Amino acid sequence: MNLPASISEARARLADRTLSANELVRAELKAMAAARPLNAFITETPEIALAMAGESDRRLARGEARALEGIPLAIKDLFCTKGVLTTAASHILDGFQPTYESTVTRKLWEAGAILLGKTNLDEFAMGSSNESSHYGPVKSPWRRAGDNRPLTPGGSSGGSAAAVAAGLALGATGTDTGGSIRQPAAVSGVVGLKPTYGRCSRWGIVAFASSLDQAGPFARNVRDAAVLLRSMAGFDPQDSTSADRPVPDYELACERPARGIKVGVPGEYRVAGMPPEIEALWQRGCDWLKAAGAEVVEVSLPHTKYALPAYYIVAPAEASSNLARYDGVRYGLRVPGEDIQQMYEKTRAAGFGCEVRRRVLIGTYVLSAGYYDAYYVKAQKLRRLIKQDFQAAFGRVDAILTPTTPGPAFALGEKADDPIAMYLNDVFTVTANLAGLPGISVPAGLSADGLPLGLQLLGPAFAEETILTLAAELERAASFTARPEPWWRLP
Amino acid sequence: MSRDASKLVAAASGPWEVVIGLEVHAQVTSAAKLFSGAATAFGAAPNAQVSLVDAAMPGMLPVINRVCVEQAVKTGLGLAAEINRVSVFDRKNYFYPDLPAGYQISQYKQPIVGKGRLLIDLADGTTREVGITRLHLEQDAGKSLHDQHPRHSYVDLNRAGVALMEIVSEPDMRSAEEAGAYLRKLRAILRYLGTCDGNMEEGSLRADVNVSVRRPGEGYGTRCEIKNVNSIRFVQQAIDYEAKRQIALIEDGGSVKQQTRLFDSRTGSTREMRSKEEAHDYRYFPDPDLLPLELSEAFISGLSASLPELPDAKKARFMRELALNAYDASVLVAEKETADYFEALAQGRDAKVAANWLTGDLFGHLNRLGKGIADSPVSAARLGELLDLLTAGSISGRAAKDVLAEMVDSGQSAKAIVETKGLTQVSDSDAIEGLIDEVIAGNADKVGQYRAGKEPLLGWFVGQVMKASRGKANPALANELLRKKLAS
Amino acid sequence: MPANKPSEIDTATVRRIARLARIAVKDAELPALAKELGGILAWVAVLDEVDTAAVAPMASVHDEVLRWREDRVTDGGYSADIVANAPAQEAGFFAVPKVVE
Ligand SMILES: [Mg+2]
Ligand SMILES: [Zn+2]
Repeated sequence: MNLPASISEARARLADRTLSANELVRAELKAMAAARPLNAFITETPEIALAMAGESDRRLARGEARALEGIPLAIKDLFCTKGVLTTAASHILDGFQPTYESTVTRKLWEAGAILLGKTNLDEFAMGSSNESSHYGPVKSPWRRAGDNRPLTPGGSSGGSAAAVAAGLALGATGTDTGGSIRQPAAVSGVVGLKPTYGRCSRWGIVAFASSLDQAGPFARNVRDAAVLLRSMAGFDPQDSTSADRPVPDYELACERPARGIKVGVPGEYRVAGMPPEIEALWQRGCDWLKAAGAEVVEVSLPHTKYALPAYYIVAPAEASSNLARYDGVRYGLRVPGEDIQQMYEKTRAAGFGCEVRRRVLIGTYVLSAGYYDAYYVKAQKLRRLIKQDFQAAFGRVDAILTPTTPGPAFALGEKADDPIAMYLNDVFTVTANLAGLPGISVPAGLSADGLPLGLQLLGPAFAEETILTLAAELERAASFTARPEPWWRLP
Repeated sequence: MSRDASKLVAAASGPWEVVIGLEVHAQVTSAAKLFSGAATAFGAAPNAQVSLVDAAMPGMLPVINRVCVEQAVKTGLGLAAEINRVSVFDRKNYFYPDLPAGYQISQYKQPIVGKGRLLIDLADGTTREVGITRLHLEQDAGKSLHDQHPRHSYVDLNRAGVALMEIVSEPDMRSAEEAGAYLRKLRAILRYLGTCDGNMEEGSLRADVNVSVRRPGEGYGTRCEIKNVNSIRFVQQAIDYEAKRQIALIEDGGSVKQQTRLFDSRTGSTREMRSKEEAHDYRYFPDPDLLPLELSEAFISGLSASLPELPDAKKARFMRELALNAYDASVLVAEKETADYFEALAQGRDAKVAANWLTGDLFGHLNRLGKGIADSPVSAARLGELLDLLTAGSISGRAAKDVLAEMVDSGQSAKAIVETKGLTQVSDSDAIEGLIDEVIAGNADKVGQYRAGKEPLLGWFVGQVMKASRGKANPALANELLRKKLAS
Repeated sequence: MPANKPSEIDTATVRRIARLARIAVKDAELPALAKELGGILAWVAVLDEVDTAAVAPMASVHDEVLRWREDRVTDGGYSADIVANAPAQEAGFFAVPKVVE
């Protein structure tokens, strides 16, 4: 059987019964098993997938198909899934089986989607390369032309990006705290959407930085991302930061003309040392949108350069507190100690990897007595200035176009011992998190050595439809059809 | 603030002044917890009243309970305090096994309630004002049991996440007596408002007691905080012990170290807490899972309009409208149940009589039985019937006391007891005149003395008539008729 | 800007912070960690370029106000689930090494 190329295609074939959910799931499970060298999944859930497929087929037969009936998805292992090991890629959550289901995954299952497995990620979503996972790094399905060295799929949602890029799932969930959906989507050649803060419920998602975390979809194309978002989004009374507003039919937005939409290009994103191919890609993006009738103008986001440093105060501060619950008392790893304090210290030393430890320590430091104002409050002030920059820009334009990343995928190990070099991967994505804005990355071309590059569209709060309209336009214009060679398939 | 010298503690080197401030944790009366839908009821099986949120499972989020907010605002209004239109929930970060998230959601820089005040009533009938610094909402922790196993502590999260109001006073108290009066008054206000049941045995009200000593007129000394004291008597013992300890320390040439201490109720002493030795750095920051709490004018004025009459206002009204004295009025308003009982009893009756029967006779019986007014065997309506019989002259005051005793023991109504025991007072002049004639006839000598001018003998005659009637004669009527007969 | 920021972070500070965070750190690891954390703190110090005296700190990107839950018991009653993942439990309690107060 040839696998459907998209959710839209799968929906059509499932609806006209030329494909059953069971066949589709079996094919994906086979692809998933064959792709184990990618290390994209921490946990595969074939029994659950087949059971859910059975239910989907019964509904399809009765003509009671739901929005995502029979669509197999990969779920970032940061979403708590009832009865299924949930690790956040951390040793400290060893053996943790939630007795509850996250709101986003619950909504997906209620829409008929099927769980294939839980994808690998940077430990607690802290990273941009997937190398901080306790379960080892994910290998990108992509390789540089003429070079067999393994590359990063990006991070933190690297497993989800790789699964969709390698055709192991029709779509996937991710979370984006500083770029963790858009950056891996860009370097893996798939679409990744970070919704407005509050658009998707955070309930049941292992928290990294609560004021920044937002769930969103990975998909093969823009329309699929819209379809997935529609089922993931919505008000949740269990999340005090969830937005109580209706969920539009995002799919319709993919059909709308881009004509007349005003798109801003922020000069501050033209950072020193930006590779020419990124610069050129960005220019092409402007040209495509202009050709589609959009108006492209320069805008200024003057505090852009402070976004990443502000982020590296706010996110670790929140993380240091959010991760205090991993103490060996109620779930996960416990390393015995002489007394309770020793048990805490040993458990947390053994349970957290280097990057998590680094961020917890930084976060603890910036909140500690005497430093709170100098670091944390200062960063929160910069955050306001960054948000105000966007508000001013969105007074003039409807959306903003930027590259998603400063470059293509890098090799595993390449930036592993320089944390700040690693942090710079998120330089274009992190602003949207600080300001709570929606952003989408669309595959828009290949680098000189044949690796995917993405363009990012940012919109005002709750303007997902606008960026989907523009993203669909970019997608049509770029007609990105490259696929990685399936080197990982065992002979 | 000027103090009367009697509050000072005398010591070898001269007088010391004790300075006391209280941080009271009052459990908010609500059905569910502050940020979860789990129940707050006392005494459930371990971890039975725990939601995933209370257990800080990964990905769990807090959503605030409306009633807890209302209760805090009502309490603030009851303490004549500023209500902050915007307040912020912060995380207080520390590790402890009964603190599941590794942080307590509390309010630090911007509490829901600001400065207020409380009038305390002292034994000598005077009142004094104690400043309230603030009131904030926060989560309670779970419960650790340290004595169930030789090497383990057990953790039960049933209390984890229950709403507390932390009510912080200014260091305005100068003696254990004042601290006791403060706690009694605060508890009364909370109960009047219905915002906390004030049950100290169940831990609904706990006090952290800050004690320091200084020479009169000097700046504040170093204070020690005695944690979690759970009765008014213990608070007072802890203050007395701690003041003595600190004075002795200083008089011996040492100095007081700022410390967190524990009160041991068996020995009446305090000791340094071992687990809190470490310097704390709570790393407060605004909880990113919550937004600022905003209160509208309409919300606040609605609650303000719904407030019941509070003890001070009630006391003033009792004095003004019912002509009670300050002492009686404060006794009557000290507990809401007493005040309610009194008002029901005094309705349509003589207030002074009602007050006397309540605080004198009924309280005596309740004391004897170890009962509170809330579970008095004689209701206000029943006691009212007794007073009505008395007022109507149907029974004598003497008989009424016996009847009340009988009511307390048997639970019967006054009328029933009076009837079965034949205690109805004789107010029939003919019958009483008959008795008087008998007494006069049998005591000619005394009659002679009386008529010769020994008028105090009248009381003796009344006694004889009462005796002859087996206590049933109306004494006033007997008195009046005797006067007439003896005069003729 | 408060002159509160040290130009470097020493090993004693790392030890104190690690203790606050309840993460055991071996003495041998301290110098490298101090250097790493110091590097990050030096990098974020670029924020000091911006005069923020007149800017209010922003804790949440939301313009919305906090929503309230009604006071109804809607949760709890599943103690078995609460302790289901516990590394040690006894008689329905979580069990931890003895704490001395
Ligand atoms: Mg305290
Ligand atoms: Zn407190």
